[in-house]
Amino acid sequence: MPFIPHTESEIREMLDVIGVDSIDDLFDEIPEALRAQVLSLVPEGINEMEIARVMTERANKDGLYTNFIGGGAYEHHIPAVVWELTTRGEFYSAYTPYQAEASQGTLQLLYEFQTMMARLTGLEVSNASLYDGASALAEAVLAAVRAKKNANKVLMPSTIAPVYRQVVNTIVRNQGIELIDLSFSEVGGHTPLEIVSQHTTDDVAALVVPQPNYFGVLEDVDALTDWAHDHGLLVIGVVNPIAMALLEPPGHWGEHGADIAVGEGQPLGAPLSSGGPYFGFMCAKQKLIRQMPGRIVGRTVDTKGKPGFTLTLQAREQHIRRSKATSNICTNQGLIVTAATIYMALLGPDGLRRVALKCHANTKRLLSSLAKIEGVEKLFDRPFFHEGVLRLTQDPAAILRALEAQGIVGGIDLSQHYPQLGQTMLVCATETRTDSEIDAYETHLERIMSRRRLDPPCAQKIAGSG
Amino acid sequence: MLIFELSKPTRKNISQSPREEPEITDIPEAHLREHPPALPEVSELQVVRHYTRLSQSNFSIDTHFYPLGSCTMKYNPRACNKYAMLPEFLMRHPQSAVATGQGFLQCLYELQEILKDVTGMKGVSLTPLAGAQGEFAGVAMIRAYHDSRDDHVRDEILVPDAAHGTNPATATMCGYKVREIPTDAKGDVDVEALRVAVGPQTAGLMLTNPSTLGIFEGHIQKIADIVHQAGGLLYYDGANLNAIVGKVKPGDMGFDVIHMNLHKTFSTPHGGGGPGAGPVGVNDRLLPFLPIPIVTEEGGDYRWLAEQELPQSIGRLSASMGNAGVLLRAYIYARLLGKEGMNRVAEFATLNANYLMAQLRTRGFDMAYPTRRAAHEFIVTFKNLKEQTGVIAMDVAKRLLDKGYHAPTVYFPLLVPECFLIEPTETESKQELDGFTDALVEILEEAQRDPELVKSGPHTTTVTRLDEVKAARELDVAWDNE
Repeated sequence: MPFIPHTESEIREMLDVIGVDSIDDLFDEIPEALRAQVLSLVPEGINEMEIARVMTERANKDGLYTNFIGGGAYEHHIPAVVWELTTRGEFYSAYTPYQAEASQGTLQLLYEFQTMMARLTGLEVSNASLYDGASALAEAVLAAVRAKKNANKVLMPSTIAPVYRQVVNTIVRNQGIELIDLSFSEVGGHTPLEIVSQHTTDDVAALVVPQPNYFGVLEDVDALTDWAHDHGLLVIGVVNPIAMALLEPPGHWGEHGADIAVGEGQPLGAPLSSGGPYFGFMCAKQKLIRQMPGRIVGRTVDTKGKPGFTLTLQAREQHIRRSKATSNICTNQGLIVTAATIYMALLGPDGLRRVALKCHANTKRLLSSLAKIEGVEKLFDRPFFHEGVLRLTQDPAAILRALEAQGIVGGIDLSQHYPQLGQTMLVCATETRTDSEIDAYETHLERIMSRRRLDPPCAQKIAGSG
Repeated sequence: MLIFELSKPTRKNISQSPREEPEITDIPEAHLREHPPALPEVSELQVVRHYTRLSQSNFSIDTHFYPLGSCTMKYNPRACNKYAMLPEFLMRHPQSAVATGQGFLQCLYELQEILKDVTGMKGVSLTPLAGAQGEFAGVAMIRAYHDSRDDHVRDEILVPDAAHGTNPATATMCGYKVREIPTDAKGDVDVEALRVAVGPQTAGLMLTNPSTLGIFEGHIQKIADIVHQAGGLLYYDGANLNAIVGKVKPGDMGFDVIHMNLHKTFSTPHGGGGPGAGPVGVNDRLLPFLPIPIVTEEGGDYRWLAEQELPQSIGRLSASMGNAGVLLRAYIYARLLGKEGMNRVAEFATLNANYLMAQLRTRGFDMAYPTRRAAHEFIVTFKNLKEQTGVIAMDVAKRLLDKGYHAPTVYFPLLVPECFLIEPTETESKQELDGFTDALVEILEEAQRDPELVKSGPHTTTVTRLDEVKAARELDVAWDNE
C-alpha cells in the first residue's frame, strides 16, 4: 500500500487500543447501504518506475514547440535557482501560515513579495496573491463595487482579454453587477477617451484600464485615469508585471494614480505549464486595504521585541466573517508566489528592465518581419509592448495548423472574439526567442502563405468558383 | 533580515538577463516609467542563502508531523512533482492547439474518470482553481439549475452552524441569503430544525460529511430526502473526502454536486497556502451547467468541450483550464495508489485518528464527542484545562511547536470551546502518533506544574509569540526603506 507505513503487528496493536476487531468496525456509524462501493474506473496501482514511463511517454508525445503565443501567459527565462528553491520541502509541503511562529519563512517571503509588487505597481499595498489574473480582475471589480456603495456597474474595455471578461462575468453576475462593454478604435487598437466618455457614469463604480491591452497596444492611461477620477469612478489597472519594469506603473497614472492594480503573475518565474498554476496579484491604495480579498501579511514584533510576520486583517476573511467576508477565497498561490519573489530578487530592477526591453525589441522585429510577407499586414498604429495583431488574407486557423507542423505555435486566432477585425491573429516574441527562430517563423509563414495563394485548398476553390 | 536590506545599488546578476539593452525609440516618454522599481539588487548566492534560510524557519510535512484538522496534510510524493514538471508539460502554452497536448489531455481525461468513480458522480470539471472556487462553481450551478427551470423564488442556502466559513461566504458570492442549521447534542445536523427551515425558498444545503466535528453525519439519507422534497439540491463540501475515499461515494449519499480539494485527498502540495485545485462533480441534472472547459475523448483523440457544446455552462473560472500542474500531480498520485491504494486511504486515515483519539483519552484528554467514532479527525477540548490552570488551547498549540510538532487546527469548529481539531492522515506511522501523544501529555503536566511556561510559548522557534494586535493596528504590509 503506497505511502502507508503500518505493519501488520502495529495495526493489530492499534485496533486493540481502540477496542475493535477490524478496521472495518471503525466505519460502523456509516449506514450499511452506503458502504463498500466498488471503484470501477480507477486502474490498478503502479509503481514509480512505471508512472515515470507513462508520464515520459505522454510528454514525448506532446513534444516541444517554438512558441510565439502570449495572450496572457508568456514564456520567459526562469533562472535555475527559482524552482530549485521553490520545491524545497519546507516551502513545497508547508501550509497556510496560521501558526505564525512556525511559518516565518513563508510569512517573511510573502511580506517581501507584497513589497516588491507594491513597488512594481507604484501602489501602497499588495495582498499575498489570488488565483490568477482573470479571477484577480473579478475580485477587483467586487472590491470596487463594495467601496463605491450604491454603484453596481463597471466599465470594461473590449481590449481586456476576452477570457478575462468571461471569467469576471461568471464570478460577479450573481451579485447583480453589470459590466458595460466599451468598444475600441480599429485604427489604434486602444480605448479612446471619446468612446469612454460617451458612457453614463451613473451607478458606475469603476473603469478598468489595461496596460498593455490584449492586443499588446498601450492605452492612454493618464487621460483615462483622470477622466474616471473626475467623474467619481475608481480606476482598476490590469497590467503585465514584466512591462512594469519599463512602463509607467498604475500608481502614477494621471493626477492621482489608479486605485487598484491587478494582473497575471505568471511571467514572474512561473512556467507556462499548460495553463497553471499561476497567480493573480492585487495592489491598491492604502485606503482600500479593508476592501481587499485574500491574505495579507503584516510586520509586527514578538514578545521580546524582535521583528516578525503574521497574517493580518483577518477580520475581512471567510473563516472569521463567514457570509459577510470580502470573498470566499482562503488560499493564496503560495508556491508560485515563492517562485515569483525569488525571480524578482534575482533579476532586480536592471534585469527585469532588460527582459522587458528585449521582449519589446523581439516583438518589434517579429512584427516587421512577418508584415513584409504578402498577405500579412500589421494592425494598429499605436505603440505596443510585446505583442501585436496581424491581419491575414488567409484563414488564421489553417495557417496556425500549418505552422504547427513545422514545430511553431504561431499565435492566437482572434477571428472568433474580434470578427470586426477580419482574419487576424495575435503574436508575441519574448526575450526567449532568438533572431534565427524569428527568421524561421518568417520563412515558414512566407512559404505557407504563398503556397496557399497559388494553390488554395479545395474548399476555398469551390467557394471561390461559386 | 529582509532581502531589501542586502541590496546594494548597481549590483546585477548578469547571467540571468538578456545581454543587450536595446534602445527604445517607439514608445513615447509619457508611457515610460520615471524611476526603476526598487527591487532588491543582490547576488545569486545572496538570494540562494536568504531563501534557503527562510525555508528553514518553516514547519512543513517534510520536516514535521502536521496534524492540521480539515487540511489533510499527508505526504506529498516527490514523484508527483518530478513527473508533472517534465519540460514538455511545462513549456506548453495553454492556448496552443490540442494536437500539441494529447498526452497532457489524456492525463486530465483519465483524472476526470477517476474522480467520477471516487465520488459517484456523472460528470467532473477540473477547472476550479481551489476548493473555495469549486464551492463557488457548485453553488453557481445550483443557481443555474433553478434559473433554468424559471424557479426564481429560491433565494436561500442552508448551512450547518459547524460548516467551514467558505460555505456561507460562497453562498453570498452567488447572491444567496444564508440560513444556519443548528447541530444537535450528538454532533449531527438537527434534523427537526432542518425540517422547519426548508421550504420553497430553499435553493440547497451545503454539507461536509464527515462533518467538521470529525464524525459521520448519521442522518444523511434523511437529510437528503428533506432537502430534495423541498426542491433544493444537496452540496457536498469535499474538505473531508479523505475520510471516506474508497469507502463511501458522495453520489450514493444523495449529493447532487461536490467539490474536491486535490491538495488534501489527492496529496498535491499545499505550497505554503496554495495553489490548490477544486474540481467539481455533478449528477445527471447538473451536467449541462458544469464550468468549462472539460476534456472529452473520441476515438482516442482528446479535446476541450467549451461554450459551443455546453451553452448552459456557468462559464469560465480562470484564464485557461485550471491549475494544470496541480491536476497532473493528483493524476500521478491516483495512478500510484490505484484502486487498492485508494481503498486504503480512508481506512488508515480513520485507523490513525481513532488510535490517536483512544490514546489521548486514556492519557487524560477530553474529547468533544466521546461517544462517537472519529472519522479521519476528532476534537479535543481544553475547556477544563483552562478552568483549572488558565492555559488555553492556543497556549497548548504554541507549546507544541517547541516539542517539534505543528499544532492542530485551533478554535475551529466554533461550536466547541477551546478546541483542537486533530487530523493525523494515513501516511503517519504509529511511532509518530505516539510521540505526539507523549508531547501533549508533557504539556498537560507542564500546565499543571508551571502554567507560565506553557502560556509564554513557543520558546524555541525563530520568533516568540507575535503581537497580532499591533500587526492589525499599525499596519505594515510593505517595507519602507526610508
